[in-house]
Amino acid sequence: MLNRSLPLLIVLFTALLLIVAFFIPHKPFGDLESRFLNWYAIISGFTFLLGLDSLTRHHLLKVFRQEKGWFYSLLLVISLFATLGLGLYSWFKFSSPFALRAPFMWLYKYMIIPLQATMFATLAFFIFSAAYRAFRVRNLAATLLLIAACLVMLGNVPLGGSIWRYLSQFVHLIFPQFDLTTLYRVELFALLKDWLLAIPQAAAGRGIGIGLALGGIAMALRIILGIERTYLSS
Amino acid sequence: MFCLSAFLLFLIGIAPPESLLVKDNPNDQGQAIVITWTHPTPESVLGYRIYRSLFPETGFMPVNIELITKTEHLDSDSALRNNTPYYYFVRAYSETDSAQSQIAGPVLPRAQWFNSSRLNVLILTTAISAFFLYYITKARRGTKMFIRKISGLDAIDEALGRATELGKPILFSFGLGYITDMVVISALPLLRRIAKKSAEYAVRLIVPNSDPIVMTAAQETVKEAYTEAGRPDLYNADNISFLTSDQFGYAAGVDGIILRERPGAIFWLGYFYAESLILAETGHTVGAIQLAGTTETTQLPFFVAACDYTMIGEEIYAASCYLKPEPAMLGTIKGEDLIKLILIVLISTVVVIGTVGTILGEKLPFLSQMFNAVVNWLTPPS
Repeated sequence: MLNRSLPLLIVLFTALLLIVAFFIPHKPFGDLESRFLNWYAIISGFTFLLGLDSLTRHHLLKVFRQEKGWFYSLLLVISLFATLGLGLYSWFKFSSPFALRAPFMWLYKYMIIPLQATMFATLAFFIFSAAYRAFRVRNLAATLLLIAACLVMLGNVPLGGSIWRYLSQFVHLIFPQFDLTTLYRVELFALLKDWLLAIPQAAAGRGIGIGLALGGIAMALRIILGIERTYLSS
Repeated sequence: MFCLSAFLLFLIGIAPPESLLVKDNPNDQGQAIVITWTHPTPESVLGYRIYRSLFPETGFMPVNIELITKTEHLDSDSALRNNTPYYYFVRAYSETDSAQSQIAGPVLPRAQWFNSSRLNVLILTTAISAFFLYYITKARRGTKMFIRKISGLDAIDEALGRATELGKPILFSFGLGYITDMVVISALPLLRRIAKKSAEYAVRLIVPNSDPIVMTAAQETVKEAYTEAGRPDLYNADNISFLTSDQFGYAAGVDGIILRERPGAIFWLGYFYAESLILAETGHTVGAIQLAGTTETTQLPFFVAACDYTMIGEEIYAASCYLKPEPAMLGTIKGEDLIKLILIVLISTVVVIGTVGTILGEKLPFLSQMFNAVVNWLTPPS
């Protein structure tokens, strides 16, 4: 009984305390939120030991059992402890692992950052393949998506401006009353892009945002009142 | 002309700052004073230095070492003591000269018991919570509530069935979410459901994590689900492991798992950033049936493009109510719907008032005033 009700009481008490603290700046309430966040940071710092344990155990087991791909696991464990070692060495030698001349920073600058950038760069190809599937004209919704995406793309790149300059000449030929210089200045694709992003896209985004905010409040109330218990052990 | 004004300035010297005003900074826990002033010839001023003292005539010490160019300053020195009188003056500096304002004070820094700038939040939160509580009570009294079909949640069984038929494992990811994120908490019951089914079908469940606390919560959830299903022997903590908290390191790790294990079903339920498409597209290349749900609206289009089913917006928050439709849980969903309806009516009314007010600005000026009053009341202070 206590196993179940004690965590719920702690949740209720903590939530009420933080709600009250949001509206009362006077001490001791004013700095409660940052104090709680500090506690969370300390606890999560220690839990990284759990993560380290999980990671090393998982990969060392793979190495000892000579499972498929054990060499990569060995490489991971060596890299992990080499990074840790370099960090500790930099700490002792340069007072901080983040000192500019520290070997840890060299590792960060010349290995970790390029690896992260490489991984991020692959996103361009994934966007291309996902866009190809999403923009295939299958129904009205997909067609609208395709048109909107093309307009936003044309509005974002210099090519859109060049196309519009050619189109303006045609418009001027058909409707001579429209001045060519004024037509050049209109930048139709950029205008359409701005309108699409500022009106329909923003409206849809805000609709989802309002729903999320309300859903969040409902979820928070369910947790505070102990109605939602699925996150607890049974 | 410039030479003349510079010569005159040299002759008469710089003018002192005027209208020095010192007041307690509102809505804080004290230890902060707002100082404002004006200067008749701001173009001649190089910068200002503020001086503070506990006494009206002596003991003034500079508050700022570097000269400031604005005519407003917040003195939030940790040495300030609440309910203690302080006196200030400001000295303006030019290239060659300086002049000080009159002394202002006493001013007492005070801590407030209520943050009046958050009154609108208090009123709205109380009103919204009251609606929720009303519907929870109503549902508990036996009023039947209905929850609409969420195809993303219905697809869970389909995805699990397909993975079982193919004899492939299932992959579940919380993304880069922390346990403090609401979306991660709402994804835990879904993991429980998936884990229970995977135990029943004897399918391997892999949960790579980016946060050790989330990993621990996931391990507990899966372990309990396996026990509930009567297959605790199938539980292997190694399948619910920690990868890395680095964004692209995590993406690379999960991509590697997908390509090696080739899961039959993948669930992306949690917090995702730019790595969302990298993950979902890799899942697509191995032919897995994919189900996604996130509260990060910027990533939703990527999931919609790459996954078979996507839970949009607050659908993921409603997951636990959908899976376990208890009256009190459903009451909150009903309350949410009613508040949405009220908000739609309110927003539409305010938009109409604002539009008509702009068109008939001169004839009906109160409409624009009303619109501005509502917008200002709702806008958070900067």
